[in-house]
Amino acid sequence: MSLITNGSTGINLEKSLSERKAIIRENLAGYAFIAPWLIGFFAFSIIPILTSLYFSFTSYDILGTPVLNGVNNFKNMLQDKLFWKSLAVTFNYAFVSVPLRLLFAFFVALLFNRNIRGIRFYQMIYYIPSIVGGSIAVAVMWRRLFMADGAINSVLNLLGMDVHISWIGKPDTALWTLIILATWQFGSSMLIFLAGLKQIPQFYYEAADIDGANSFRKFISITLPHLSPVIFFNLIMQIIAGFTVFTQAFVVSGGSGDPLNSTLVYALYLYQRAFKYYEMGYSSAMAWILVLIVGLFTAIIFKSSSAWVFYESKEGE
Amino acid sequence: MDNKTKKLYKNRMKSLEFHLLAVILGFIMLYPVLWMVSNSFKTTQEIFSQNSFSLIPEKLLLENYRRGWRYNGSTTFTTFFKNSFIYTGFATFGAVLTSSLIAFGFARIKFIGRNFWYTCMFLTLMIPFQVVMIPQFIIFYKLGWVNTFLPLIVPMFGGVPFFIFLMVQFIRQIPVDLDNSAKIDGCSKFMIYSRIIFPLIKPALITATIFSFYWRWDDFIGPLLFLNKPKLFTVSLALRMFADPQTSTDWSAIFAMGTLSLFPVIIIFLIFQKYIVQGLVTTGLK
Repeated sequence: MSLITNGSTGINLEKSLSERKAIIRENLAGYAFIAPWLIGFFAFSIIPILTSLYFSFTSYDILGTPVLNGVNNFKNMLQDKLFWKSLAVTFNYAFVSVPLRLLFAFFVALLFNRNIRGIRFYQMIYYIPSIVGGSIAVAVMWRRLFMADGAINSVLNLLGMDVHISWIGKPDTALWTLIILATWQFGSSMLIFLAGLKQIPQFYYEAADIDGANSFRKFISITLPHLSPVIFFNLIMQIIAGFTVFTQAFVVSGGSGDPLNSTLVYALYLYQRAFKYYEMGYSSAMAWILVLIVGLFTAIIFKSSSAWVFYESKEGE
Repeated sequence: MDNKTKKLYKNRMKSLEFHLLAVILGFIMLYPVLWMVSNSFKTTQEIFSQNSFSLIPEKLLLENYRRGWRYNGSTTFTTFFKNSFIYTGFATFGAVLTSSLIAFGFARIKFIGRNFWYTCMFLTLMIPFQVVMIPQFIIFYKLGWVNTFLPLIVPMFGGVPFFIFLMVQFIRQIPVDLDNSAKIDGCSKFMIYSRIIFPLIKPALITATIFSFYWRWDDFIGPLLFLNKPKLFTVSLALRMFADPQTSTDWSAIFAMGTLSLFPVIIIFLIFQKYIVQGLVTTGLK
């Protein structure tokens, strides 16, 4: 009896040992596969993030060594008119361009979510501005388009309006040229909406048809709830993109944020502070304010999401 | 019968309205791009004229292309295109290959801390580049990597969170039974990845490749930070220097080079466009 028991525990021990070995091997394999990301994460994210946090409490011109100066950078920010200006410009930009872009993307996705001959072709055409929109060529062209003697004015003149203003040269309109540029590149959001629309099971609509629901009702009760996770995803991505816009503002304004700093978006001002004036400390402090702002908005959207984002998997729970 | 024809007629009209709306909107959408292409054949004088909205140049001037390509005389667009292709090629190769490897790890292997690291990866999506920009610049500066392509390429070999996410979603839809039977046949984890999963996630790989190609091709801030010698400029950086408002601008030459700079992106898009939607649809973003 005792021998058998011993024997069986022996086997169990052995088994758990090999099981443990398998678990260890599984863990090692897992870490081996994600190693490139882990290394990159520490080298290009974590370490820079911590360094940036440290820099934000220093005065540092890149050639010397960082000198701790407490919260001086943050105090100086309060007094810095350009800081407030760039913040205001960025908020204006984000709050107008993000909704416009998403609405437009949504509208076009709805328009194209049907089985009509040639729909592929349209999708392609509408996506072209988005694939080229990020390029410098287009930003440079945009500048030319909105100049006093550019094509926009010449079209308006053709329509009988006598307009000769330089849209990019006037402080009240310059930011709008950037907003229009952002709206024009709605394609990636549109594709994500379209992908979401295609995943809504058709039988929901068929059932609604039987119940006699009209298209508005179907849109409110079927399309919107099913699309809410996609709307949520797009909203977060676009908010972040909106608050961190840089390249377009840099190129359209020629790197200056002019006229009268009307296109001095936050990221552009931050860049100027760092690489024009070599104030790495101040610039890092600005970057952390940006993190706080983006974090705050993301948190608000996340918190509110339980009220309006509908996940199918929750249905059964 | 009569009703049926009526309905058919109504549908016809509806689809006609749709096409009309889609064509008009599409033309407005494409107008700026077409305008740029048309300007690349115009004289600078014509670009500044009353009819600057016109999409049809008075005559096709190819001279703009020759002048633009020469750039400043000492460095030409041959160099810039070569640089852009080298940078974009290596960066895309690194981003897509390592992202698939990492995605396999997250999707198929149960290891301690998997969820924690996956969440960390998500959080990096939300960190503005501006936060890591300065320390990264200083690190690369101290390493002596400024004015090489290394700062632009090496980080891509750490995987791109968006691609990893896309591929994890895709891999999760592949039955685990495939892995298990391969394992019984004596396949190692790496063989399961390379022989089974990798070929099956082709749509996701192509989607990531396309995205990576145009993000890198259009990338501006990276080259702006790390490349200061004209010999190293990418196409986008060269175009921006070309259009410097501080100097008098040769618009027709810029538009010519701008048009050329869009070619690789548009060609890749035209070849692979069906995969973009497919890749996004099948992965699902829920």
